[in-house]
Amino acid sequence: MENLFYKISEHVFGLLKEGEKLTLSFGGEESQFIRFNGAKVRQTGFVKDAGIGVELIFNNRKNNGGITFTGEFDTDMNNTTAELQRMREEIVQLPEDPYIIMPGNAGSSREDHRGELLSESEAVEKLLSPFVGVDMAGIWASGRLYRGNANSEGQKHWFATDTFSLDYSLITPTEKMVKATFAGTRWDDDDYNRFVADSIKKLDIMSLPPKKIKPGEYRTFIASSGVSNFLGMFSWGGVSEAAIQQGESAFCKMRNENLTLSPLFSFSEDFRTGTVPRFNGHGEVAPEILSLIDKGKLVNTLISSRTAREYNKESNFASGGEGLRSAVMAGGTLKEEDVLKTLGTGVYLSNLHYLNWSDQIGGRITGMTRYACFWVEDGKIVAPIENMRFDDSLYRFFGPNLEAVTEQVLMNPEVETYEGRALGGIHSPGILLSSFSLTL
Amino acid sequence: MNTSDLKKLLDGISVNADWIGLREVRESTSYRIIRDDKPQANHRDETHGIMIEVLVDGQFGYYGVNSADSAMIQMAAEKAAEQAKLASKFAVHRFTEEVRPMAKGVYRSPFEKYTDAISPGDLNDLLLKACAQLKVSEKVISRTALARIVETEIKYVSTNGSDVDQKFLIISSDYTATAQDGPIIQKRTDHGLLARSYQTGMEMFDEADVMIRSRKIAEQAVELLSAEECPTGKMSMVLAPDQMMLQIHESVGHALEIDRILGDERNYAGWSFVRLNDFGKLKYGSDIMNITYDPTIPNQHASYAFDDGGMAAKKEFIIKNGLLLRGLGGKESQVRSDVQGVANFRASSWNRAPIDRMANLNLEPGDSSFDEIIGSVDRGVYMESNRSWSIDDYRNKFQFGCEYGKLIENGKLTKTVKNPNYRAITTPFWNSLKMVGNPDTFEVFGTPYCGKGEPNQVIRVGHASPVALFENIEIFGGA
Repeated sequence: MENLFYKISEHVFGLLKEGEKLTLSFGGEESQFIRFNGAKVRQTGFVKDAGIGVELIFNNRKNNGGITFTGEFDTDMNNTTAELQRMREEIVQLPEDPYIIMPGNAGSSREDHRGELLSESEAVEKLLSPFVGVDMAGIWASGRLYRGNANSEGQKHWFATDTFSLDYSLITPTEKMVKATFAGTRWDDDDYNRFVADSIKKLDIMSLPPKKIKPGEYRTFIASSGVSNFLGMFSWGGVSEAAIQQGESAFCKMRNENLTLSPLFSFSEDFRTGTVPRFNGHGEVAPEILSLIDKGKLVNTLISSRTAREYNKESNFASGGEGLRSAVMAGGTLKEEDVLKTLGTGVYLSNLHYLNWSDQIGGRITGMTRYACFWVEDGKIVAPIENMRFDDSLYRFFGPNLEAVTEQVLMNPEVETYEGRALGGIHSPGILLSSFSLTL
Repeated sequence: MNTSDLKKLLDGISVNADWIGLREVRESTSYRIIRDDKPQANHRDETHGIMIEVLVDGQFGYYGVNSADSAMIQMAAEKAAEQAKLASKFAVHRFTEEVRPMAKGVYRSPFEKYTDAISPGDLNDLLLKACAQLKVSEKVISRTALARIVETEIKYVSTNGSDVDQKFLIISSDYTATAQDGPIIQKRTDHGLLARSYQTGMEMFDEADVMIRSRKIAEQAVELLSAEECPTGKMSMVLAPDQMMLQIHESVGHALEIDRILGDERNYAGWSFVRLNDFGKLKYGSDIMNITYDPTIPNQHASYAFDDGGMAAKKEFIIKNGLLLRGLGGKESQVRSDVQGVANFRASSWNRAPIDRMANLNLEPGDSSFDEIIGSVDRGVYMESNRSWSIDDYRNKFQFGCEYGKLIENGKLTKTVKNPNYRAITTPFWNSLKMVGNPDTFEVFGTPYCGKGEPNQVIRVGHASPVALFENIEIFGGA
C-alpha cells in the first residue's frame, strides 16, 4: 500500500507544470466487522477501502479533490492523473485565496505498528464464547489502518497500524446496561476472557431495583468515560482558534471575558500516547505536547496554519478542523478506592450519552446519563438510577463545582467508524462535582 | 461501468451460496464555501465501490470492496460466504431469499438544470455575492455561504433477477450570519444546518432568491442581539416546519425503526420505548397526528423507488389519528418482528450493509391556518430552525433548542426572543399536539447527517411538516 501510494505520488508530481504545487493524502483500512445482538451475530463482513486526497495550488488558488484508491497501479495512476486534470480545469475559475498554505518539506516520517490480530475465521466463536447466558449487543472491528501524506516538495509521511476493538453493552432482563470496550493491538485469549468476565460481574449490581430520582442539583461523580464525552465536545466549537475568532466556541468567554476554570482542570493535546499520527492532512507535524488548559487557564488553542495566516497567529499544526486528535486530561489526587466515600451521598455516573451544546456560547451542555449509573448513600452504592437528562455549564462542572479529580487516568478508545475506523482515543480521569444539574 | 457489467461480474462469481447480490455505488460530493468574502472550500470527493452480499445457511455475509476487478470480486464473494457460514451457527435469525425480493426498475431525481448549468466559477461568484449580502451591519462578525452538490448512482443486481438503476441529484445550500454585541453572540442560518437539502438541480441557486434569503438571515442575526431571553415556564409552543423536521426525526423516526426495537442498536444509539406489541395499540399522539413514510414527494431529500434490499417504496401511514400502525423496517426486520414495515433498508454507501433508516417521514397537514394557530394562543413561544438536539437512548426524554423565537401574547406574535429551548417526553408531548397547520403552512426539509449503525453510517433523510401547536410545554432560555 505504502509503495503504491508513493509510486503514484512520484508519477503525479512529475506531471506538474510550473507554478503548481500538489499535496496527496492517503487513508485506508482493511477491516472485519461483526455486529452482535443478543450475543448472536446480526451482520458480519469485511470492508476494503482507501482513498487519495488531492490538494492543488496554482496562482494563489486552491482546489481539493478526493478519489477512491483501488490498489491496482494502472487504475489508480489513471484516476489520479484524471483528477489532477479536472482540478486544473476548475482551479482557474476559482477566486484567489489569501490564506493558502504552501506545502513545505520539514522532514519525513514512517511508523508501522504491527500487531497480533485475532484470526478472522476464529473471531465469531472466540468473541461469543464468554457471553454464555448473557444478553450482549456490540460491534467487533479489526484489521489494518493506513494514513499517508506526500507533497511536491518531497516531504513524505506514512503511518500504519493493526488495531481491534470489541465495543459492547451487557443488558439485564430489566434492561439495565453495562458498557465496556476491549481494544488493543495484540490479541490475547486470556486477557479477553478475564476482561469480559469482569464486565459480566458488574451486571450483578445492575439487578438491584432501580431508584427514580427527581430533577435537581446533586453531588455527582462522573467516571472517565463520561469525562471523555465532555472533552470530545471541545472538538466541536471549543478548542478551535477559528471557532473562537468566528464566535462559534464555548471558549469565547475564556478568551474575551478572561473567565477561568478550576485549578484542578488541565488538559492537553499529547501525542506521546502514540495511538495517532502527529502529521495532519498537510503533512505538518504537531508538537509532541501542547497544553490547552493549564490549571484552569486557557493557555493555547488548536491553530491550523490556515487559521494562523488569517488571524495572524502562530500555527501549532492542528488539523484543518482544529479538533482534538490525542486529548489527555491530567489526573488529580482522588484515589479510586476513595471515590464512593468522598462522594458520600449523591449520583455516580459511569457513562453519558448524546451530548450537545444547549447554549454553546454560554458553555452549557445537555445530554443523558446512560449505562451503569447509581444512587450512592453514605459511600455505598444503593441502586441503579433511571436515566436522567442533565443540562449544565462547563464553567460550573470544570469550574467552581469541580471538587476532585481521580489519580487514575484511563484511555477511552475511539471506536467510531463513520469515515472509516478511527484511531486513538481520549485519556481522562474521573471527576467529583459538588453539584451537577439533572433536569428531566 | 453499467448494469450489464455488474451482471457480468455477478455471473462470474463462483461460490456455494443460496443468494448473491451486488450493489455498486458511485457518489461525488462537492462543497463550495465562501466565508467572510474568501473561498473556504472548493472540494469534490468521489467514492466508488461494490458491496457483495452472500446468503449461506440463512446468514448473510458481506464484503465491500473498492474495485471492480473480477478476481477481487471473486475473492470478496468467497470470504463473504466463508464468514456467513462461520456465523450461521450463531445467527440472530435464519433468513431466506424472501428478504431480498426481485426488483427491476429505474429511478431518476427530478431536476430542471443539471450541474453543468452553473460553472464552478459562477457558483463561487454567486456565493461571494451572498456573503456580501450577509454583511448588513458591522455587528455581523462572520458570514458563510455554502453550496453542496451530490450525485449518486446505485446499481443493484442479484441472482434472483434484480436489476435496479437509481440516480440521484441532491443540492443543499446554507447562508449563515453570526452577529456579536459585546458578550452576546447569535447565529442565524437558512432554516438550520443544511435543512434545505433537496433532490433538485442548479435551479436552487436563483440569484434573486439567494439575495433575499441572505439579507433576511443576517437581519435576524442582528435582531437577536437585542432580543430578550426566551421566557421560562410551562406554556404553549408553536413550532415552524424547520424545527418540526428535527422533532419528527428524533422523537418519531428513530423510535419506530424496527431494528432499534429489536435491539440491534442497543450498544450505540440505543433502544426504543416502543415495543413490538405496541403496533396497532399505542396512542402515540393526539387525534390530529398523522405521520407518513412517503418516498414519492418528487423533490424530497430521501425519495427513491427501491431500498437497498430491493423492496419497492410506496407511501404508508405510520401513525394515523394518533394511533401507531406500522414500523420503519425493511424486509429483514419485518420477518424478524412480524410487524408491517416499509422500504427503508438502506446503506450509506458501498462499504456498509443496509439497516433500517427512516428516509422521508412527514407530518401530514391539518386544517388550521397559521393565523388561526397563533390566534388561539394566550401566552407561548413560536420557534424556528433547530440549533441543538439531544434525546435519550429510548427516545423518551428530549431537549431541543432553536435559533429564533417570537413571543405569542393574546393571540399575536410580539417580541423576538433569543435562545429558545424546550424539553419534554415523547408520547405526552405528541399527545399535547393541539393544532396542525393546513397545506399552506406545509414545508419540506431534510438533512444529510443522520447517524446510526455499527459500523457507523451517516445517511440522508427528509422531513416535511406543517406548523404545529403543542400545549403546556416546558420552555426556557439560555445560560
